[in-house]
Amino acid sequence: MGAKMVDFNGWDMPVEYPASGERKTGGLVAEHLAVRKSVGIFDVSHMGDIRLAGPEALAAVQHMTMNDASKLQIGQAQYSALLYPQGTFVDDVIVHRMGENDYLLVINAGTREKDVNWVREAAKGYNCTVEDLSDNYTQIAIQGPNGWKTLQKLTDVDLTQVKFYWFTHGTVCGLPNTLIARTGYTAEDGFEIYVPSDEATSERVWNEVMKAGKEFDVVPCGLGARNTLRLEGALSLYGHEISDSITVWEAGLTRFLKMDKGDFTGRETLAKQQQEGIKRTLVGLENVDRGIPRDGYKVVDLGGKEIGYVTSGSPAPFLKRNISLAYVPVELSAVDTEVAVEIRGQNVKCKVVPIPFYKRPKKS
Amino acid sequence: MAYPAELKYTKEHEWIKIEGNTGTIGITDHAQNSLGDIVFVELPKVGSDITAGKSFGTVESVKAVSDLYAPMSGKIAEVNPELANAPEKVNTEPHSAWMVKVTLTNPAESSALLSAADYEKFVAEEQ
Repeated sequence: MGAKMVDFNGWDMPVEYPASGERKTGGLVAEHLAVRKSVGIFDVSHMGDIRLAGPEALAAVQHMTMNDASKLQIGQAQYSALLYPQGTFVDDVIVHRMGENDYLLVINAGTREKDVNWVREAAKGYNCTVEDLSDNYTQIAIQGPNGWKTLQKLTDVDLTQVKFYWFTHGTVCGLPNTLIARTGYTAEDGFEIYVPSDEATSERVWNEVMKAGKEFDVVPCGLGARNTLRLEGALSLYGHEISDSITVWEAGLTRFLKMDKGDFTGRETLAKQQQEGIKRTLVGLENVDRGIPRDGYKVVDLGGKEIGYVTSGSPAPFLKRNISLAYVPVELSAVDTEVAVEIRGQNVKCKVVPIPFYKRPKKS
Repeated sequence: MAYPAELKYTKEHEWIKIEGNTGTIGITDHAQNSLGDIVFVELPKVGSDITAGKSFGTVESVKAVSDLYAPMSGKIAEVNPELANAPEKVNTEPHSAWMVKVTLTNPAESSALLSAADYEKFVAEEQ
């Protein structure tokens, strides 16, 4: 493919793909726009997969995650997180209920070993098995408004019947019983499919998706576009918006936190924190003055005093604004509050804006 | 893209075109390709001094920010006004989308620069 590769937690990952053949423009911006307007595909095989199965699998999942997995029907998925007792993040995960007593957690690459160990430890005492299936699957994300039309050409499943954050199994590219989930990390409609990880199969499926998507000008997308797409949607990235030193309250992920579902790891501390209140919170910033905030840059008040930091920042290719996510004191977190980001010694004015920065249009 | 023979190059991936005591500076095709979609070029004001080997500005793509290093020392005579509104020109025409023109103060510095052939070799080895 001739893509620009980068080492990402031990994986050789494409940052962006060049123009090739009939595709005249390559690169991050073209990839990003393809996903917003039509369809792009991502090799996200680096994501890990942990299966918990057995009579007490649900109890184990409930114990180790913050969302309420008891609400899941078979074929349904939810965004959730593994938490430390301190109410901070081991990782964020998507919990899939595969069967009666069968759950699949999709985890991040960078935290895989830590997550697997954590889940194994947390599941001790529960009557269920824990399997690390990460090496068994190649995960391909087909994202964008024409994602479903692209995939529909390759499967016998009626994809219009699969709702957002639901999944099913069906034949894809001749591969029976393939997991097909309407999930993604682009703030766009789309699917993720899990196919056998051997190279020949992965490559064949990738090529067939490219071919099926040709009529929609499908574009292969790298990690760069994945990052800017998720940033426009204000979706958290581990090590940035969430980490082992950031709490669920601070990260603003409370709609996925079910304090009343029963006990779970982190609950006690989170209850205490809820009483005490938080000092800092995640906000969206948009530049007022010229400049591009980047990950790790300092946030200062208009008097120049350091008050926080940028967790992720970038020009937003679809919105065409410079946007960032940042931790700031609660008292400076209201929409329209002006702060500044220190960019190479200059304090560049930004204002707090609602997040997500981008919401996909509702289906008509 | 071929590297024009009339330009001189640095290992930091800038090019300079020397005409009399004026140097015109930009970044190479290799540099723009590594950076990806360029969205912002920050350049010094006319009249300011730049020093060979030292940063004189920055170029930002969607995914990264990179310093611009002066191939030679001099005083900024002109800044390309086009790049403020069309920074993507650096991607499409890297060897003609110049950034600054400099009145050179130490022409002897040119001896430290790479020829097109040497630069091409350097880039090939770096990859």
